[in-house]
Amino acid sequence: MKIAIASGKGGTGKTTLATNLAYFLSEKENVTLLDCDVEEPNGHIFIKPEWVTEEKCYLPIPQVNEDKCTHCGLCSQACQFSAIAQVKDKILTFPELCHGCGLCALLCPSQAITEGFREIGTVQIGKKNNLNFIHGKLRVSEAMSPPLIKEVKKQGKNRGITIIDAPPGTSCPVIQSIVNSDFVILVTEPTPFGLNDLELAVGMVKELNIPMAVAINRADIGDNRVQEFCAKENIPVIMEIPHSYELARCYSQGNLAVQELPEYKGYLQRIWDGVKKELAR
Amino acid sequence: MKEIVVLSGKGGTGKTTITASFAALAHKKILVDCDVDAADLHLIFKPTVLETHQFFGGKSAFIDKDLCTACGKCGEICRYDAVNLANKEINKFLCEGCSACSHFCPTGAIKMEDDLSGYWFISHSPYGPFVHARLGIAEENSGKLVSLIRSKARALAEKEKAQLIINDGSPGIGCPVIASITGADYVLIVVEPTLSGIHDLKRVVQLANHFNIPTGVCINKIDINPQMADKISRYCTENNIKVLGSLPYDNCVTKAQVAQKPVVVEYPEREISKKIQDLWKEVEKALS
Repeated sequence: MKIAIASGKGGTGKTTLATNLAYFLSEKENVTLLDCDVEEPNGHIFIKPEWVTEEKCYLPIPQVNEDKCTHCGLCSQACQFSAIAQVKDKILTFPELCHGCGLCALLCPSQAITEGFREIGTVQIGKKNNLNFIHGKLRVSEAMSPPLIKEVKKQGKNRGITIIDAPPGTSCPVIQSIVNSDFVILVTEPTPFGLNDLELAVGMVKELNIPMAVAINRADIGDNRVQEFCAKENIPVIMEIPHSYELARCYSQGNLAVQELPEYKGYLQRIWDGVKKELAR
Repeated sequence: MKEIVVLSGKGGTGKTTITASFAALAHKKILVDCDVDAADLHLIFKPTVLETHQFFGGKSAFIDKDLCTACGKCGEICRYDAVNLANKEINKFLCEGCSACSHFCPTGAIKMEDDLSGYWFISHSPYGPFVHARLGIAEENSGKLVSLIRSKARALAEKEKAQLIINDGSPGIGCPVIASITGADYVLIVVEPTLSGIHDLKRVVQLANHFNIPTGVCINKIDINPQMADKISRYCTENNIKVLGSLPYDNCVTKAQVAQKPVVVEYPEREISKKIQDLWKEVEKALS
């Protein structure tokens, strides 16, 4: 079973929920936590896993053999990403623009293009007690995170419960993180920014046709328009946690609330019951 | 003309709150919301839209089911797992628009169509001209859209003889963030005093260094953990980055957001507003 935790707006508490829920569940079940926020992965700060393996992840890019190239121009006409260009009788490649689709090499009539590789980041696999932990770290200055996210998910295929911590936003890295999940928990806060970004995130999850629920953090700080929106859209609110200085402090130190604040376990149990209830429908 | 970008790495540290207040404090400027997939600045500016434009970010593949023989060639070629052969469909969320499938389909059943990926706007706001965008739901190419609105903002700045562009960035360090800082003059990083905040700050600093853009830091919600704030200050000193200001936690920030006003406008007497004004003066100094 794959449960993704997403949000639209950043800083609403995705990682807090993902790490604590995964750790909490791993006390009784086989759980894997995938940190798919490869641009700014933070899950490991809280889980503190022992690393087992580390592997670099690459994206294929074209390498042109100038001796074989006849400068027919087919590759540069076909590339949708302007990653290969013909200037007079020279072929230029722009590896950082390449999406690694392989079309240029397939099209080249004189087999002048082979594929090299560009490093996009690292995938690390670790363990903490019973919990399997996998994350990706995007190489700084690399723009394309979705292929690295895909690799994290590939490494994380297992039979038990998989918790996915998604990046903020609603575009391709988030889609890649939550696609093929069985359920999405959207974490938000009851502020105008939280609501606006929740509306976008709900639209995205609906497009992907995945059942979802909402968890509201700092539930007492703003107004009640998030609750009204969820009621109108028929989206279950499976948890509301009030603003807590202790929780913020625990987070700031990189500690798991489930280990430090006994009352937090109750919230996690309620969330998990809520998810199971929704999935049983 | 100078271009400043407000970034954070980690989401929810206060980029938009601070940008909105800068908008109220700065003279003669153009405002840009570069967080195109979760834009929020318009909630404070309540802009009057003057121009709406379509944004075509790329192409998507479509299968003509009548021509498709389900031979499976497209699925072999596609590296994005976007082909659903059983339904003779391309998953539009996974398709990157590379067109490889369409080139090699033996029956010519796959067509590439332009993707209407969103809209961008030029608006009037109480704090100056405002360029912003809305990426379509579950669309890609946010980096391209960011580059586009930044170039429109620069053109507008020339027309309006504005000497300053203030960009509100998005979280992370990937495609839209890179698009929002290339060629900019200054990056202000808003960080919160948490272990995650420090971790993410370091990665944004590396990114800004990679593009050779001068960087300053603002520590927000400093009272959550003063020891972590010290750690951030030390890191900044060691790396020759100036801490331009630090702001206290104040729930009037949320109240101002609910009132749809910049904090410095709604609560000018609060300590946080005074600190934001000091911060803005430091940013202006750093820019000149």
